Amino acid sequence: MTGTDPHDVPRPDARLHFGVFFQGVNHWTIWSDPASGSQIDPASFRKVAQTAERGLFDAFFLGDGLRLRETDGHIHDLDVAGRPDSLAQLAALAAVTHRIGLVSTSNTTFNEPGDLAHRLASLDLLSGGRAGWNVVTTDNAWTGANFRRGGFLDHADRYTRAEEFLKVARAIWDGWAEGAVTDSVEARSWSVPGTIGRVRAAGAQFDVDLVPALPRSAQGHPVIFQAGDSPDGRDFAARNADVIFSAHGRDFDDALGFAEDIRRRLRAAGRPEDALRILPATEIVIGATEKEAEEKARWVRLEQVTPATALAVASRLWNLDLSERDADGPLPAEDPVVEENTGAFGSARIADPRGVVAEWRARAEANGWSLRETVIELGPQRGHVGTAAGLAEKFARWVRHGALDGFNISPYLIPDGLDDIVDLLVPELQERGAYRTAYTGTTLREHLELPPLA
Amino acid sequence: MPHPALHLAVEIDGDGAHPAAWRRAAHAPGELLTPRRTAQVAAVAENAGFTLVTLDDSVLPPASAAVGGPAGRIGAVERAAFIAASTSVIGVAPVLATTYAEPFHVSTRIASLDHVSVGRAGWVLGVEESAEAARAWGRPRVEGEPALRREALDGLQVARDLWDSWEDDAVIRSVATSRYLDRERLHYVDFEGETYSVKGPAIVPRPPQGRPVVLAPAGLVPPGLVDVALVEGSSPAVLGEAAAASGAPLAFAELEVALDTPGETAAERIADLDRFAAWDEGAGRPPGRLRYTGSAQGLADLLEELSAVVDGVRLHPLVLDEDLAVLSRLVLPELFVRRIAARPLPGTTLRTTLGLPRPESRFATTASASATAASATTPATTREGNR
Repeated sequence: MTGTDPHDVPRPDARLHFGVFFQGVNHWTIWSDPASGSQIDPASFRKVAQTAERGLFDAFFLGDGLRLRETDGHIHDLDVAGRPDSLAQLAALAAVTHRIGLVSTSNTTFNEPGDLAHRLASLDLLSGGRAGWNVVTTDNAWTGANFRRGGFLDHADRYTRAEEFLKVARAIWDGWAEGAVTDSVEARSWSVPGTIGRVRAAGAQFDVDLVPALPRSAQGHPVIFQAGDSPDGRDFAARNADVIFSAHGRDFDDALGFAEDIRRRLRAAGRPEDALRILPATEIVIGATEKEAEEKARWVRLEQVTPATALAVASRLWNLDLSERDADGPLPAEDPVVEENTGAFGSARIADPRGVVAEWRARAEANGWSLRETVIELGPQRGHVGTAAGLAEKFARWVRHGALDGFNISPYLIPDGLDDIVDLLVPELQERGAYRTAYTGTTLREHLELPPLA
Repeated sequence: MPHPALHLAVEIDGDGAHPAAWRRAAHAPGELLTPRRTAQVAAVAENAGFTLVTLDDSVLPPASAAVGGPAGRIGAVERAAFIAASTSVIGVAPVLATTYAEPFHVSTRIASLDHVSVGRAGWVLGVEESAEAARAWGRPRVEGEPALRREALDGLQVARDLWDSWEDDAVIRSVATSRYLDRERLHYVDFEGETYSVKGPAIVPRPPQGRPVVLAPAGLVPPGLVDVALVEGSSPAVLGEAAAASGAPLAFAELEVALDTPGETAAERIADLDRFAAWDEGAGRPPGRLRYTGSAQGLADLLEELSAVVDGVRLHPLVLDEDLAVLSRLVLPELFVRRIAARPLPGTTLRTTLGLPRPESRFATTASASATAASATTPATTREGNR
């Protein structure tokens, strides 16, 4: 039990918090396997949410998409795509779950605060205080083409708008005082006079004037999540968020470095270090033995990175159409084309394609890898592979050292991909005292062990 | 002469149609804005045998707030989705206005409601008329009848196009070619309106019903774009004329009801509530709307009369907790016995229950184009098609 000795670690009592990310658009969710179910059938969402609840997860999480992904003017057709509106889907799940938090990714650029704040508060009330809001922004006109307002914000303004948006939303959520509704049917009116405030907000982004139409929920109002990794995004999270999603969950040193950076930013923002939970995204593959786990992980990667997907990943990196190349052959001989606009929309930008290609070439040459093998080994990676006991040992150590507070887990199969984690990993974590054995609260804020709102 | 079954809808927003209905509700006032209450009303309506519930909405607090009534309301789409997941047969139709909302979101939300309800979604096309609504949205006011109609029409057209933008079989899951989607079966809608454009395609696959059932006040938008026109009138004869003039496949009469209960007459119940606020002057109540006050038997007779001239009714009960019980125990059973109305069947889409065809995507390729042409002629056959 080295490394988990209570005297060795800064947070001996820390417990992991798990969320499940039901992904609507990606190549990680394996759709080609016979065990893969529907991505849109409500039964799939219900199964995943109920499994996560059985596993005492904090939250069920949905992403957002406002335009289908494209490459060079063609809709990307290799991956899972097509998803419901997150608030409508989560409101439905509120009816068939009891404790798990329900987190909606909702965009501040192409929504208005009066409308969205009301919808989020609606989910919060319908779920008895289990709602979360992952605040995201958009700065591209490509997405804006689906909206009345078009591409009306540039990069610099998107966080300004998000912050102002959040301020207005909070004012709306706090618009009703406690006890705003009468308890007597003989009272003068349904609402107690003077208990419902008017929200007037005039700023650079908004000029809003409204009377809020909902009381505070059991947790006050939705828990705020944020996922930006840029300095602006991290600062936004440090000032405003209750939970930060990160991409820093594979390597301990990287995770700890990120966590320490966030704690620095929290201090700078005048907030306590434990005011924010850090939940990196991850994928978890479990086997009965290390060898079995590795074999299973290999199968997962081969299913995720088909030859066509390998060529698509390479096309994005090289910024060339490589779809006719041989994925099982060598890496393309060309240099990557470095341009501002890559023609690929809806996918993350690659910061230094020349550097990445140089590294890929060196590693492929040294190991004799084909293009597909190179993508499998060096392409986007996320995840932990091992036995349940080994993973539990590792995760318990990480959380006790303050490298993270848990994970937002993406199952590689829908709807049964969470079963192993709930049935095998969770009991091992519980045995080590690193995971709850029962829900102790009813709200998402309570699950996350966040302080109650004032 | 037999006539088609009368479709029964009920509006379940708040505590009832009277702005003071909350004073006679069977729960504490604050309980109105809870999941328990939301699910319970829906369960009563479903068990009673209604075909669908409608849920009023606005960015503003409910109109009842102005006369001392409920000042809060859970968002109608979220409520409808919650209800869909806690029921199994009844249709759910939230009000959603496209005056200020983004039509792309509106389309996604209604399509998603159809997915979560497995084909039981409707949409009551709304309009935000007031200056207060514009200020709440933080948008320049859309003012005047022509502009309000334009925003309603453009929003509806965008929604329909986006619902159609994924053909039914766009998800192909072709392991042989590694393609999840057939991009040939996904379509940019390229909508160009007077004030905005929308590119598409949708982010949500085509809804189970193809297009969720659209209900709209008669005359708001061209009747060819709606499934159910909601008609107003102060007598069955006027309602019949309005239904015939609506031009939509189906016409539902708007009908306020206050029923005798075991302990009190309907008139006494209205008088009790009118002490606090007058029903007639209730904020937001359309003038000239037909109202029935009296016994369950009398309502059944009126509905039988109406069934000759309209395809359905949307009931607005005085007090949900009281009138829904009477509707459930006495009125609907009587209609089912008389075969004036029928319960929706499990596993049936709202469209099927209403006798409406499932539309082809307008982007569907040649193989199915003839089916689209055939379904365009259905308004005449729909009324006959119900039984």
